[in-house]
Amino acid sequence: MYDIENYYNAKTIAEAVELLNEHPEARIISGGSDVLIKIREGKMAGTSLVCIRDIKEIQGVTLMESGDIYIGAGTTFSHITNDPIIQEHIPVLGEAVDQVGGPQVRNIGTIGGNICNGAVSADSAPTVFSLNAMLRIADGKGGRMVPVKDFYLGPGRVDLHQGEVLTHVVIPAKEYQGYHGHYIKYSMRNAMDIATLSCSVVSKADMEKNILEDVRITFGVAAPVPCRCVETEEALKGMPIGEELYQKAEELVRAEINPRDSWRASKDFRIQIGGEIAKRALIRTIELAGGDQ
Amino acid sequence: MIGKSVPRVDAYEKVTGRAKFTDDMILDKCLVAKVYHARIGNGIVKSIDTSEAEALDGVVKVVTFKDVPNHCYPTPGHPWSVELAHQDVADRNILTGRIRYYGDDIAAVVAEDEVTAARALRLIKVEYEEYPVEIHPRKSMWGSRPPIHLDKKDNVLARSNFFIGNVEQGFEDSETVIKRSYKTPIVQHCHIENPISYAYLDKGRVVIVTSTQIPHIVRRVVGQALGIPWGKVRVIKPYIGGGFGNKQDVLYEPLNAFLTMQVGGRVVKLDVSREETFCNTRTRHSIEYDLKAGVDKQGRLVAKDMMSISNQGAYASHGHAIAANGLTAWRLQYACPNIRGEAYTVYTNTPVAGAMRAYGIPQAAFVIECFMDDIAHEIGMDPLEFRRKNLIQGYYEDAYLKPIAANTNGIFECLEKGAEYIHWDEKRKAYAEQTGDIRRGVGMSLFSYKTGVWPISLEIAGARMSLNQDGSVQLQIGATEIGQGADTVFSQMAAETLHMDVEDIHIQTVQDTDVTPFDTGAYASRQSFVTGTAVRECAELLLEKILAYAKTLLPEETRALSLDHGWIFAGEDHAISLENLALESYYSLTNSSVITAETSKQVKKNTLATGCCFVEVEVDIKLGKIKILDIVNVHDSGKLLNPQLAEMQVHGGMSMGMGYGLSEQLILDEKTGRPLNGTLLDYKLMTTMDTPDLKADFVELDDPMGPYGNKALGEPPAIPGAPAIRNAVLHATGVAFNENPLTPQRLIKGFKEAGLI
Repeated sequence: MYDIENYYNAKTIAEAVELLNEHPEARIISGGSDVLIKIREGKMAGTSLVCIRDIKEIQGVTLMESGDIYIGAGTTFSHITNDPIIQEHIPVLGEAVDQVGGPQVRNIGTIGGNICNGAVSADSAPTVFSLNAMLRIADGKGGRMVPVKDFYLGPGRVDLHQGEVLTHVVIPAKEYQGYHGHYIKYSMRNAMDIATLSCSVVSKADMEKNILEDVRITFGVAAPVPCRCVETEEALKGMPIGEELYQKAEELVRAEINPRDSWRASKDFRIQIGGEIAKRALIRTIELAGGDQ
Repeated sequence: MIGKSVPRVDAYEKVTGRAKFTDDMILDKCLVAKVYHARIGNGIVKSIDTSEAEALDGVVKVVTFKDVPNHCYPTPGHPWSVELAHQDVADRNILTGRIRYYGDDIAAVVAEDEVTAARALRLIKVEYEEYPVEIHPRKSMWGSRPPIHLDKKDNVLARSNFFIGNVEQGFEDSETVIKRSYKTPIVQHCHIENPISYAYLDKGRVVIVTSTQIPHIVRRVVGQALGIPWGKVRVIKPYIGGGFGNKQDVLYEPLNAFLTMQVGGRVVKLDVSREETFCNTRTRHSIEYDLKAGVDKQGRLVAKDMMSISNQGAYASHGHAIAANGLTAWRLQYACPNIRGEAYTVYTNTPVAGAMRAYGIPQAAFVIECFMDDIAHEIGMDPLEFRRKNLIQGYYEDAYLKPIAANTNGIFECLEKGAEYIHWDEKRKAYAEQTGDIRRGVGMSLFSYKTGVWPISLEIAGARMSLNQDGSVQLQIGATEIGQGADTVFSQMAAETLHMDVEDIHIQTVQDTDVTPFDTGAYASRQSFVTGTAVRECAELLLEKILAYAKTLLPEETRALSLDHGWIFAGEDHAISLENLALESYYSLTNSSVITAETSKQVKKNTLATGCCFVEVEVDIKLGKIKILDIVNVHDSGKLLNPQLAEMQVHGGMSMGMGYGLSEQLILDEKTGRPLNGTLLDYKLMTTMDTPDLKADFVELDDPMGPYGNKALGEPPAIPGAPAIRNAVLHATGVAFNENPLTPQRLIKGFKEAGLI
């Protein structure tokens, strides 16, 4: 039995915005795999809810003529993993969200909910950061587009105001074409777990010249919000592919990330793991690009 | 019927969802109770204001510690003792204003529904006076002001010790003396069904339907807690979703009984959340050990010494029995002329520790088996060879507790099978000189385990049978089915002794203390041994009565009657069908007398089961990860009653053992003692994705003490996994971890200190 004061079901984005404006105390619920937990814990007990689960416009994945990929915020993790557009163009995202919890949660949880929940451990976050994703937000007045890196404000806090609804996660063509990605979720169990640390590497390699052209390394749980290792990325760009590159990636990542000490894992431990998983993910992206490593 | 893999008698009910668990049985609209838990770790309630909660619409009653009986009662699922000195420690009130751990029970709300009850809890206001919190037994045992319980000034609940031979002389005579310290974590049972009960009054008696392993003990303790005659209490135990010892304790049943009495006998449901299960029910004791051993030139144990300190938490519960059980294990199995053991059980401001599968032996076996490997490592001997050299072959008995003995002892055969399965000799050599970041190793460990609790405590069981009109048999037992398959093996036993088919035995799975024969319940791997003895005796009695009645129906000259699958035979000839005999017994106009039998049996026997685990692991050093490549448990549990059920029981235990070795631990906040990870997300119980294929094997010896040659199997499978894994990691990496579980963080730290990273 959940302590929910009122429940409103929106059928369209416009209706959702309207309901949120009418009921400023109401919160959005989509799959419910985060919201219901908070209600049960008492943190959101007595809340009212606007449900966006039935809004067709925000479900599914579309490849635009421009090559940009629009992922509806209400698309579930399992739909993303099994979507042919995702599998062909950005398999790393499908693999990343396939590591959320267990099958039941992946069948109900949505990518929009994963991002708007603001958790630093969200399994979609490192990869959408490394893909330089943009977020399409509706507000009934024309809306706005925000880079995902500016959307996370702090633990559990995102740049979404009352009356706004995240409708799409947009992966621009230039951010994924020619790139390969790999996500490593480091957790204490192989299922039903959240990341102790996670790393998504997206890279572009010139295999003929044997050079790493571009690389983006994003960590989950290494700071209050998902964070790119910008300095490491800059230092690695243009380096020849080989053991030296990987060693350097490991060392620089260790110097750049700043995870916290907590009962879940110590800072020292996370730094050790961080270097190792960044290196292993980078090696994998080069393998995917056709390198023999 | 014994020794056959007959399907579980409750399989279809459970798989189809027809089996009724406590929560399924609440038909009427019931009230819901919730408990207000303390938000400090040590102190007293200075003031409590429940007025707002009471004023909330839908709240029926709010009670606090001021309203409950002020005498204390004991909670553990032990048989009561008529000797004062052996009675369980009574140190608990139904609710308390003296807070002894974070989460202690201060007040309770009864409301029309769950949401209202939760809202009412948030309206209760409490002011505390705080005392310093002590969560470490090694510090707590030097006393605190005030003490956690006034009658134990130094916070030591109990101490015990024993001596065999001359340990100091033994150390002097030894070639090598080795000392190590180890520590085991607090873990939780994580049965799938949280403790739940509902209670109501019926004709002035309190009825409690509860998910428990021990209905008859719950009845007694509720009577003691409320100060009412025990006959005024009726306890019903339906199907339950696991217990593993947590439900071998009386948890919230006394509170629930008290609450229904406060609301005029209306039905009150008290459903404990998972978070409350972690914090407010029971856990496995964390125990710290200091060990010392001396060996001679040949690697034989000359002397050994154990000191252990057990963290009891805030209330006595099963108390010192757990640490004491570990002391007993220390003097069994390995031959050693000079042995000393000492154990302390210490109150701290932490969640209460109680019974959990194998009752102190997973802790003791972890440290003993790590220690045996460490000694072997130190003197450069193969750990399996070291054990073969030191283990006792054949019969042996405990020096103190008679008649505990290995009446049959299959440990050497178990080791043989385990070593062969894992390719011990080959892999010990192959993995001896590894370098690199990914390394493999093989490890092993072993144990022995008592069957039941005699002579430490009473063993008594009851069974009742009656012959139905169609020749089938009703079987009632006070022992409880808790998922382990008890109902199935009791049905097999009855069928075996009565020479009937299992389908013709109708076992009553729900225990109701108003009608069920007396039995103390499911714990100590006792039921197939102790209750099995009662079932056998009852079946023999019924058989005797059936044959005696047959004589009254048959011509006088008929001799040598026997019963076999539906027929009474006279010699080789069919004399009368059991069905016709049964009909006569009910409806004969001349001599009808329904055939029943009942036994209440005290069992003054015990016998040691044994077994081992062999495991192969792969260690990813830089990621601090252990992957189990292969694992086998080999058990000597006497004759198997049902091989398929036995295998399932072993698989479940192996899963528990792996969790204990790799990932499970309840982490407490240093300042308050509050569990930091008391949820199934943060407490890392293994999932199917973390579990390798499990191999179970057996050495079947016919034990003379068991009613059907059987010995303990319920708990033992959970014992040897953790130390075997730890010893395999030692083999793989050369690093000895002396505290379980071997979490990634602990591994990374250890590998860094050893220079592997």
